[in-house]
Amino acid sequence: MAVVTLRAPLKDRAGGTSEHELPGSTVGEVLRELETRYPNVEGWILDEQGRVRAHVNVFVNGERTREDAPVAQTDVLHVLPSISGGSHP
Amino acid sequence: MTELLVGTKKGLFVLEGDPAKGEPFAIAARAFAGDLVEFALRDPRTGRRFASVTSGFYGPRLMYTDGDPAGEWQQSKGPAFPEGGDDALERIWIVKPGEADGLLYAGVAPAALFISTDGGESWTLNEPLWAEHTAGNWQPGAGGLALHSVCPWPGDPERLAIGVSAAGVWITEDGGQTWRTGYRGLIPEYMPEEERENTNVLCVHNMHRSPTQPERLFMQFHGNVYRSDDQGSSWNDVHAGLPSGFGFPMVIDPSDPDAAFVIPLVGADDRVTPGGVVRVYGTRDAGSTWAELGDGLPDREAYLTILRQAFGASGEGDAMELYFGATSGDVFGSADSGSSWFSVHERLAPVTSVRVA
Repeated sequence: MAVVTLRAPLKDRAGGTSEHELPGSTVGEVLRELETRYPNVEGWILDEQGRVRAHVNVFVNGERTREDAPVAQTDVLHVLPSISGGSHP
Repeated sequence: MTELLVGTKKGLFVLEGDPAKGEPFAIAARAFAGDLVEFALRDPRTGRRFASVTSGFYGPRLMYTDGDPAGEWQQSKGPAFPEGGDDALERIWIVKPGEADGLLYAGVAPAALFISTDGGESWTLNEPLWAEHTAGNWQPGAGGLALHSVCPWPGDPERLAIGVSAAGVWITEDGGQTWRTGYRGLIPEYMPEEERENTNVLCVHNMHRSPTQPERLFMQFHGNVYRSDDQGSSWNDVHAGLPSGFGFPMVIDPSDPDAAFVIPLVGADDRVTPGGVVRVYGTRDAGSTWAELGDGLPDREAYLTILRQAFGASGEGDAMELYFGATSGDVFGSADSGSSWFSVHERLAPVTSVRVA
């Protein structure tokens, strides 16, 4: 299974754990599984249509991707806030 | 003791003070530090506090707590648009208690009405109004396509009027199964003259219904202030006597159907208090005349912007408490229906909403 790594505040909403082994063949599927296991994450990374939020970055093995990118069993996903976020000055 | 829920661009501030005893307001709690709190209120029926929070990274969500506002908040299930479409929640403009146990409304952007029947823990999209939205090619105002005003009918959960920027007034009398417009009399001066009669681009800025005379509503429009005496079906311009017809905030006196209070701004191109003078204007004769209410408010070199939801009130009559906040971070209050004013707090983050808990 792929490994998803999270930082605060997402880590705090996912049981306080930064690394999660999750099934799924796309970024969207893996993150939906994260939401299923930790409902407090619902809506934070993906919007209700399953799209990665504009100011959240998901990297697969270091490469920035979106929700429809394929994920292999050994992949590592990092979920990070974008430096373009925090758009309310 | 009065509790104010002040939403700001950098979190929710809970202010406590007792104006009747002359005790100044102070910060009792801060929540959602760093995040934009668009709107917050306390449901008077249950004491539950709600906060509409929009993270610059992680999007919008509705939070609630039954306990200490400085402690843990729960995340509501929704509002969220049904999966399988293109639309996603952008912003929660207002949460409004309804006229039945557990009934609440949420107005959001893109303009839609969500309904909760379990005290705000979960939310469902009102599909008939959403169908009007998609069929009507609704257009956004400068702040987005926003459903920001919800006006229940006292004692009757079937009847409701809502205000949308910029899609006018919509009215239901069957609990949201069908909707009709309340456009008549509104004059969109920002449209070409030949288009004004038939356009649906009607930029409502704020709307309130009198609880004691529910066919009476007041509206702050994009230009001018209006009054309706027929449930919102048609409107009469009552802005004569105001320094400007433009503005966003509005409150009413729940005991006096002839009373409304507004805070005019210069205009769409210059959204600050006219002439550097901060003034609230109140009517107690249904808009025939407006009284300037400024004793204690800044009267020179004060170019403040007061946003749509940044004006709240409690009580009624001459003892009505009024509070408003500006994007400067200043909050002002009155304990005598606007006759005199005092500083509630200075130098908060830019204020987006003010409600008396």
